[in-house]
Amino acid sequence: MNDILNTDTIAAISTGYSSGGIAVIRISGKDAFSSADRIFRGMDSPLSSCASHTVHYGHIVDPSLELIVDEVLVSIFRAPRTYTREDVVEISCHGGMFVARKILSLLFEYVRPAEPGEFTKRAFLNGRIDLSEANAVADIISSDNDRYLLNAERQLSGVLAKKVEDFRSKIVHEAAFIESAVDDPENYSLDGYGDVLSEKVDELIKGLSDLSETFSEGRIMKEGVETLIIGKPNVGKSSILNCLSRNESAIVTDIPGTTRDLISEKIRLSGITLNLIDSAGVHEADDRVEAIGVERTLSKIDEAKLIIFAVDSSEELDENDYHIFEKIRGKNVIVLLNKSDKPQALSEGSLEKLADLSKYVLQFSAKNGDGIEKLGSAISDIIFSGKGSEGRDIIITDERQKAECDNAVRSLLLVKRSIEDGLSEDFFTQDLMDAYDALGRIIGKGVSEDLIEEIFSKFCMGK
Amino acid sequence: MKLGPLEEHYDVVVVGAGHAGCEAALACARLSLSTIIFTVAMDAVAFMPCNPHIGGSSKGHLVREIDALGGEMGKNIDRTYLQYKMLNTSKGPAVHSPRAQADKQLYSFEMRKVLQNTENLTLRQAEVSELIVKDKKICGVRTLSGANYYAKAVILCTGTYLNARCLFGEVIDYTGPNGLKAATHLTSSLKENGVEMRRFKTGTPARIDGRSIDYSVLTPQYGDEKVKPFSFSTDPDSLTRPQYPCYLTYTNEKTHEIIRDNLDRSPIYAGIIEGTGPRYCPSIEDKVVKFSEKDRHQLFLEPESLFTNEIYIDGLSSSLPEEVQHAVIHSIKGLENAKIVRNAYAIEYDCISGDQLLLSLEFKNIKGLFSGGQFNGSSGYEEAAAQGLIAGINAAMEIFGREPLILDRSTSYIGVLIDDLVTKEQVEPYRMMTSRAEYRLLLRQDNADLRLTSYGHDVGLVSDERYEYVLKKKREIASEIERVAAVTVNPTEKNQDILRSLGSAEIVNQCSLSDLIRRPELDYESVCVFDEGRPSLSDEVKEQVNIDIKYEGYIKRQEVSVERFKKAEGRRIPPDIDYEKVPSLRIEARQKLAKYRPVNIGQASRIGGVSPADISVLLVYLKSGKYKKDGNE
Repeated sequence: MNDILNTDTIAAISTGYSSGGIAVIRISGKDAFSSADRIFRGMDSPLSSCASHTVHYGHIVDPSLELIVDEVLVSIFRAPRTYTREDVVEISCHGGMFVARKILSLLFEYVRPAEPGEFTKRAFLNGRIDLSEANAVADIISSDNDRYLLNAERQLSGVLAKKVEDFRSKIVHEAAFIESAVDDPENYSLDGYGDVLSEKVDELIKGLSDLSETFSEGRIMKEGVETLIIGKPNVGKSSILNCLSRNESAIVTDIPGTTRDLISEKIRLSGITLNLIDSAGVHEADDRVEAIGVERTLSKIDEAKLIIFAVDSSEELDENDYHIFEKIRGKNVIVLLNKSDKPQALSEGSLEKLADLSKYVLQFSAKNGDGIEKLGSAISDIIFSGKGSEGRDIIITDERQKAECDNAVRSLLLVKRSIEDGLSEDFFTQDLMDAYDALGRIIGKGVSEDLIEEIFSKFCMGK
Repeated sequence: MKLGPLEEHYDVVVVGAGHAGCEAALACARLSLSTIIFTVAMDAVAFMPCNPHIGGSSKGHLVREIDALGGEMGKNIDRTYLQYKMLNTSKGPAVHSPRAQADKQLYSFEMRKVLQNTENLTLRQAEVSELIVKDKKICGVRTLSGANYYAKAVILCTGTYLNARCLFGEVIDYTGPNGLKAATHLTSSLKENGVEMRRFKTGTPARIDGRSIDYSVLTPQYGDEKVKPFSFSTDPDSLTRPQYPCYLTYTNEKTHEIIRDNLDRSPIYAGIIEGTGPRYCPSIEDKVVKFSEKDRHQLFLEPESLFTNEIYIDGLSSSLPEEVQHAVIHSIKGLENAKIVRNAYAIEYDCISGDQLLLSLEFKNIKGLFSGGQFNGSSGYEEAAAQGLIAGINAAMEIFGREPLILDRSTSYIGVLIDDLVTKEQVEPYRMMTSRAEYRLLLRQDNADLRLTSYGHDVGLVSDERYEYVLKKKREIASEIERVAAVTVNPTEKNQDILRSLGSAEIVNQCSLSDLIRRPELDYESVCVFDEGRPSLSDEVKEQVNIDIKYEGYIKRQEVSVERFKKAEGRRIPPDIDYEKVPSLRIEARQKLAKYRPVNIGQASRIGGVSPADISVLLVYLKSGKYKKDGNE
């Protein structure tokens, strides 16, 4: 039974399945020390008698043969001051999947494999981190680009929680003021308060809407941009693709559950993940001079958030170019004038027409990589409306967080409506506190006594 | 013949004849149980040792609910008010709350009269000093004189009398409130029986001689012209007694300076008082320190009784030394020559924390022992009466072998009150507030009868006649709401004229009468011109129709929340659960859950120190089948 509430012990390679200098295997649970002791041999054995938060040098052996598998450093952490609040052992072994997998398989004699995110789940369930932090950890683990990673780290350090708390404290302050006046009408007057509140609610709505809107960027960061590279046969689509992937040496491994069927490849450019739609189709069309391939690609235009339109700048535009031209008008288009390394043949008129189609008409050479930086900044410009995610303090990347943010905005709009409808102030609290609750759910907090505490601490109540 | 100690047998013993004790004893006696109620001072039955009013924000709700369930408080204040006021009328119907200045003397006399004329009820002046408990079951009580009173249930309503001491300045009096005898023996008996005791404090302001006040410089505060009775069974037209004003005055910089200069002589600031006082009822010294930015605080001068000329200074609770109190009072406008009749004082007393109680107000560890009122860590006459009533009802239900009456948070303020007391850790005497009620738009003072009469009838405290009356009222409300929704108003020239004259915008299309009622500037009454077939209905029915239609959207939203709440309340936690066996629970949550032993997930989630993550852990554990594997079920 893989029930998270079992006190069983779990283990996994926690450095991800890539080749690095070292790999770390993490074990968590009540048998963490005893299982590690089965395969660890060192000066300090057994680990179960060592002090917490210490590092030990030694070897991992295959206990059946007492054969040395690797030379390792083992860190031990005793509950509860650990990531999961359980006993944790981390084995740092030499990099490369073979060694790490071998050690893990030895461990699986005693412990079970961790499910994806299970360490974090335990950290959350054991009260070590709040919900937004838990989300952030999952994001870091699955993150495949730099911007996203930065945001996830910010969430983990509690920037989101702090921001949400800030909204909540503003809301609860207003609610508490109303409630004080309701419970102590002879000491507090609410005359003219509706107007004051209306302004404050406007600010809150704006702030929360902005936060909610960051999700469109957040999703892009998390999931990438659906991108279509389009062009008539022989303009060099596949060499453009090869150039892009080669440049960042980063054809991203698919992450189960996030990849759509249509996306055949993910590449990374300027820290943004591009999900290339149906690029297989593009390859085919490139190889065979057949319009059918183009037509197939054209049918994908609507699914794309970004279209990279490649033309061959060593030839004048022809009717095939204009055919595509018409189909992609009005979309987010970047025009790549490919083959900038060859003599240029485009007329003034053609260039004007292309400039009309997109403000990003870029010289590019798939052959030598010229223009790739400009392409990156053009993509960033289009996707982040020129703002760039670095300018923001925090971005929402989780569907649930966005939904609660929107719920809070909805409740605040109801407050606005109550004010406009001339309802009395006690009606405002109902929806103010709903907004407060919704935001609380983002960071995994209930309302409980918060309102009452605020009333007592800020207002001079009663007799 | 030599006689042994006195020995008597009753169904129910009630200890204490304050607001909780009176309701508890009346409920039991009215349910035909032979009942005895003890008081240390027969002349202080239903005594009001602090402020002279009943009701007020959210407390007025409690009184109306007590009345709907068949309690006495509402009827008694209707007999004894000096002034009546509906508070918060400029706000929504959820927070309208009736408050009356009571004639303290009359209130006490009238309640005593009711008790002494109730069948099955015996009053006795004696100090109960011991509980008689056998095998974790209550058997009766013993008084200081050694007499034994055996009973099937005992209800403790000791108020602020247990080991009480009153303090002001350097003076410490070992008495109960107002110089009355303290009860000094029961605490040790409770402790011997495993009851954990704590210490709370509260305080009261000075009373001054009305003849020494210069009313000519003060602002009078009159009551409402039309008195709306607290009791649903009092005829409004019968309430024609004259009303008496209160007066408004303020503290000033000089007052605050005197207080600041003598702060070190307050027993609280000097560290003599250890009990925890209520934040919502701060002493004047607290207010001056905590809210130093305020240059004045409001004070209300309230008459205490027509039989005395004592005036209560609402807002000036204090425990400063006598001479400082005099100087403080004399610094206030209109009180320059005031003569003090009784000094202000702080009072400390023994009470319990509510986690030792079930939601029925029965002790978890002593069967048949119930408690209510300030003994349970609350404050206020109304809070006390509400608990006394429920404790009385549930003592009776237990004797009858019936299920206890447990009102949840979606039914009533009483439900909120008891759930808070039993489920949440209280750091100070608990006061009711409308903000504590999550579903307050549904829990209005005006519909307490519609909400609770059936419960009162079911336990046997509400007559068939009264119950039928409320059912009929409900039917009338429902059919009128339905009828009004079907009445249409057309955009004719005539109708537009009427709308304009009512200060309301014209209509574009045909609409229903309900749509018009929902407009902020209109209501059920004012749209009667569009409503030819309107039946003749009582004011109370019209009021409900108006509120239900006008605030329909808000009411519906709260009803959705109630559904969600009921779901969590419906997920029961097995009573024998061993929290030590629930893996991954944080230690704090484990301890809190084991201490409070919530009956359902909803209640568990309200316990302080139990986080949403703990609740998910608990839910998963209960679902996982591991619970069964651990030897449960």
